[in-house]
Amino acid sequence: MKEIIELLEQNAKLSAEDIAKILKRDVKSVKSAIGKLEQKKVILGYKAIINEDRVEGFKPVRAIVEVQVAPKRNLGFDYIAERIYKFPEVKTCYLVSGTYELLLILEGENIHEVSQFVAEKLAPLEGVRGTVTHFYLKKYKEDGVVFAAQSANSRNNITL
Amino acid sequence: MKIQISDQLQSIPPSGIREFFDLVLGMEDIISLGIGEPDFVTPWNICEAGIYALERGFTSYTSNQGIESLRRNISGYLSKRYKIKYDYKDNILITVGTSEGYDLAIRAIVNPGDEVLIPEPCYVSYYQVAKLAGAKPKYIPTKDSNFKLTAEGLSRAITKKSRILVLNYPANPTGVSFKENELKKIAKVVKQHDLIVLSDEIYSELSYDFDHTIFSAIPAMKERTVYINGFSKAYAMTGWRIGYVCGPKDIIQGMNKIHQYTMLCAPIMSQMAASEALLRGESAVKAMNREYIKRRNYVTERLGQLKFDFPYPEGAFYIFASVKHTGLSGKEFSYRLLNEKKVAVVPGVAFGSSENNKDYIRICYTTEFEKLKSALDRIEQFLKG
Repeated sequence: MKEIIELLEQNAKLSAEDIAKILKRDVKSVKSAIGKLEQKKVILGYKAIINEDRVEGFKPVRAIVEVQVAPKRNLGFDYIAERIYKFPEVKTCYLVSGTYELLLILEGENIHEVSQFVAEKLAPLEGVRGTVTHFYLKKYKEDGVVFAAQSANSRNNITL
Repeated sequence: MKIQISDQLQSIPPSGIREFFDLVLGMEDIISLGIGEPDFVTPWNICEAGIYALERGFTSYTSNQGIESLRRNISGYLSKRYKIKYDYKDNILITVGTSEGYDLAIRAIVNPGDEVLIPEPCYVSYYQVAKLAGAKPKYIPTKDSNFKLTAEGLSRAITKKSRILVLNYPANPTGVSFKENELKKIAKVVKQHDLIVLSDEIYSELSYDFDHTIFSAIPAMKERTVYINGFSKAYAMTGWRIGYVCGPKDIIQGMNKIHQYTMLCAPIMSQMAASEALLRGESAVKAMNREYIKRRNYVTERLGQLKFDFPYPEGAFYIFASVKHTGLSGKEFSYRLLNEKKVAVVPGVAFGSSENNKDYIRICYTTEFEKLKSALDRIEQFLKG
């Protein structure tokens, strides 16, 4: 199972046939293992990694927002976190240690929309004590994938 | 004025597949399964150590033998990895890649006419470098023993003139390797006939199915073995040109004598980067190995389905496959696959005698998975005609 998860995490395009060959297992057992992972919600979905700099036209604006929140009696941070992450503008939400509690990644059509969300929806929530917003300027690397221009391959087509 | 090149050099005929190589080198938009070097870039911590060396102004010569700290690190690595002791003062020499190591060892040991026994198919340099040194290279075919040298095969090849045995495992171009008990059998014959062994173990860290055994760790072999290794393959450092040899003091001294006149020393920044590789390169090597194993499994499964016959590769990143079932020779197969499907492989005849290897091709899986898959799809289409 672990090996299949690792392979799909690196490359979701791998077919059950490919994985069977890589792991030297039969296709049927790989298919059923993937089915189980999906059923148990270990695998929540499959998606492509997009380099938005190369997408023509619309590009969403993103911001990292540090949120200071007060925990709620008996509920800890889960209550306020849920209130926040249910907004579709919130793409990512982590509880973290340090000088603030929640780390969010917000997405919107433009700076104005993201700012408005912070000012009108996020900051006024009960329990939110402060926010600091950082807009993304350039994405260099994400989840181990480098987005900046890669160096050219210098290898010859044949070396013995 | 017509300049005559040396008789020695003229004794080496031009490669029969130079034309094929030129064709491949000149082509774009092909998928090449002919590249005998990693597709990974050198791990960043190692590159960074090289850059840092330059920033601090390490741009000079080093001692001929190589910087002491690198030799100490090699000694430490070998002792930790294989429980074998090589003293950094007397037994280790830093070379410009393993190719230099092999050349120096041959030149330091052979006299004109001495026989150098080379199991084949094998890496291209072994034969010609021995010839250039005035020795008499002699192939030992291994095709009939699943591409592994056996004690019997070695015994049969030995004559009074035999001086050196060249070993390379995991091997280029087959990927096959030796287990300890197999090496012990070879060692027995080596001792009996008083041979010196040049053991090129450049792919040692790329052993996928069992622990690598260093030849000099076989009882009584250390005193007659030159262990040749380097950083090119395991650490993806081919362009840094850095290797090393370990062996008996007299041989290392002899090799260093040639090295000081011909090469002087290996590049200092590469030596410093190599130290970083030994000290903090293990996790990167493991990650690359995991990738190679995935590809090896995938490619061997696909080739098996397509009825290719090959010795199972236990290491390195090569597969030496017979194309006999296609009705083509290895050379014809390579030309046609290149022209018709834009996939490059290397004809087997590049790796030894043309008779023994004519039905083979070498496939390297030093290419990212998706391309590898696509290359195999094209080979499948090619076979379907």
